[in-house]
Amino acid sequence: MRIVVCVKHVPDIQSERSLQADGRMVRDGGDGTLNELDENAVEAALALVEEHGGEVVAVTVGPDDAVDAARRALQMGAEQAVHVLDDAIAGSDVFGTATVLAAVVRRLGDQESVDLVVTGMAGLDGLTSLLPSALATELGLPLLALAAEVRVEDGAVRVRRELDHATEVLEAPLPALVSVTDQANEPRYPNFKGIMAARKKPVDVLTLADLGIEPQSVGAAGARTEVLEAAARPPREDRVLVTDDGEAGLRLAAYLVENKLV
Amino acid sequence: MTNHLAGPVLVLLDHAPDGTLRAPVLELLTLGRRLGSVHGVWLGAEGPGGDVLAALGAYGVDVVDVLDLGGADARLTPVVADALADLSAALGAAALLLTSSFDNKEVAGRLGVRSGAGVVVDASDARVVDGRVVADKTVLAGTWTTSCAVRTPFAVVALKANSAQPEPVASPTQPAVVAHPVTLADDARQAVVVERQERTRSDRPALGEAQVVVVGGRGTDGDFSAVEELADVLGGAVGATRVATDEGWIGHDAQIGQTGVTIAPRLYIGAGVSGAVHHRGGMQASGVIVAVNSDPESPIFEIADLGIVGDLFTVLPQATQELRRIKAAQG
Ligand SMILES: Cc1cc2nc3c(=O)[nH]c(=O)nc-3n(C[C@H](O)[C@H](O)[C@H](O)COP(=O)(O)OP(=O)(O)OC[C@H]3O[C@@H](n4cnc5c(N)ncnc54)[C@H](O)[C@@H]3O)c2cc1C
Repeated sequence: MRIVVCVKHVPDIQSERSLQADGRMVRDGGDGTLNELDENAVEAALALVEEHGGEVVAVTVGPDDAVDAARRALQMGAEQAVHVLDDAIAGSDVFGTATVLAAVVRRLGDQESVDLVVTGMAGLDGLTSLLPSALATELGLPLLALAAEVRVEDGAVRVRRELDHATEVLEAPLPALVSVTDQANEPRYPNFKGIMAARKKPVDVLTLADLGIEPQSVGAAGARTEVLEAAARPPREDRVLVTDDGEAGLRLAAYLVENKLV
Repeated sequence: MTNHLAGPVLVLLDHAPDGTLRAPVLELLTLGRRLGSVHGVWLGAEGPGGDVLAALGAYGVDVVDVLDLGGADARLTPVVADALADLSAALGAAALLLTSSFDNKEVAGRLGVRSGAGVVVDASDARVVDGRVVADKTVLAGTWTTSCAVRTPFAVVALKANSAQPEPVASPTQPAVVAHPVTLADDARQAVVVERQERTRSDRPALGEAQVVVVGGRGTDGDFSAVEELADVLGGAVGATRVATDEGWIGHDAQIGQTGVTIAPRLYIGAGVSGAVHHRGGMQASGVIVAVNSDPESPIFEIADLGIVGDLFTVLPQATQELRRIKAAQG
């Protein structure tokens, strides 16, 4: 099986994250990491290849340091990586990103067929969860999103997923696109051997021209939404901290009544 | 009116398998009326029942578009997306509002590619400014608020529950019911639903829709009774941290946070919850936040309007008993 896994470099969610006036994420804090949820995607891809044979190709789109996300995937065990690096991509919305990723998957597929595309359930920066579905549509692949469990058997992929009102099992023939949740597995930690091996693995750097994409169709110019205003939420006022002296429950009840929350 | 959209505003009428509307749909209809002429979109050739039609009239719906999927599975999100893409093109729709559930976000992603729409998900409000749809949303774990304008002629906005107060119209409409056959792209049916188990509905409100949510974390040590009793006296839902769901103390669907349900109720009460950043991402937009935790250093106290340093097994039952007493006194 040849599996493409999409990985994103995002600001560490444990760090102080902020937006610029145009609504773009400040990404120069130097504390970016591989999106935690993409570790689950890499793990799922590696586990499938361990079971069925084949290789994992990691793909990332973003500025210079985005390559760190791809490197992490290589350290975990991916065989090769692609980094799409082009100034015109800055400010892309999810549809711009899906256009670029789809072009990469098609290009990889021209070299040797791609059986599965795996992504994390969401980027922990924008957290829209839209990319898997947009990318599957671009590629004309069946979508099996939010997998808490993934299995491949007899040329078909089967996932179990939890939705708002139901639990579902979905199945589709390969090739297909799967997004995984953090329930799907426990991502491995790269070991010393993996880290050393990753240094020798190829990272193919591509531009929009290499992919035949018009620069104005992606990036801020091609984005379909525009942020008009971005403001840090004011801190909560009148915060009260009390220590239970045996009557905190009564105090809680009174607070709820006073604030008309009962 | 100047700040109304020229084309119809579609509202996806999410409904339970028994044909009843999901509660947030009434909020979408209320918001939709402010944007333009509202079309309710019903998936399934049989159309809505009489009670539902009356409710739609009470909320000012002008037209109900009934989509005949020709036997395709309406539980598959590509099927829903393609049907909506077809309808919006046929009607020249200016906007589509839907609830921000996991499956509707899948629909929105596909619809964006199929119809070229600009998409905003997890929005908390939508309005028209200078002829464009503008949606508000909180981002970065509830620490920032943004307003986004949609630049495309067709806007898709997925709204979180509790985005608007449902308000019926003064004089109900008599919605026209129009049937539409739908043609689906071949790739819409590639995946199949092999199994599906609807979650049994409890007497408590659904987590994503509740005005009050009481959440239990590791501090409950698996005993959710104090959390449940407080939720019940407040008419609220019960939620959990990932630790509590991973331990199997409560179903996974109760998980609140970045990879669980995102909630914004009027009141959030966390008991034995530390307030890890992954959890905060799903609840920090709540109106009032109350935390009960035995460790005064817990990060949840940084965002709590009322923080109580104490043992949840004494504080919660005492509050529950007092609230019961107050309610009984009020009759
Ligand atoms: C990729 C990823 C995604 C994640 N997504 C989510 C998510 O969506 N939602 C989520 O919740 N977590 C998520 N997590 C986990 C998250 O990081 C935390 O581990 C989790 O939220 C902690 O749960 P907790 O507050 O119940 O437990 P803890 O952090 O262990 O806190 C328990 C608290 O209970 C207090 N306590 C103990 N006994 C009592 C008592 N008797 N009375 C009062 N207080 C008491 C303690 O002081 C402590 O503060 C995710 C993690 C990762 C890596």
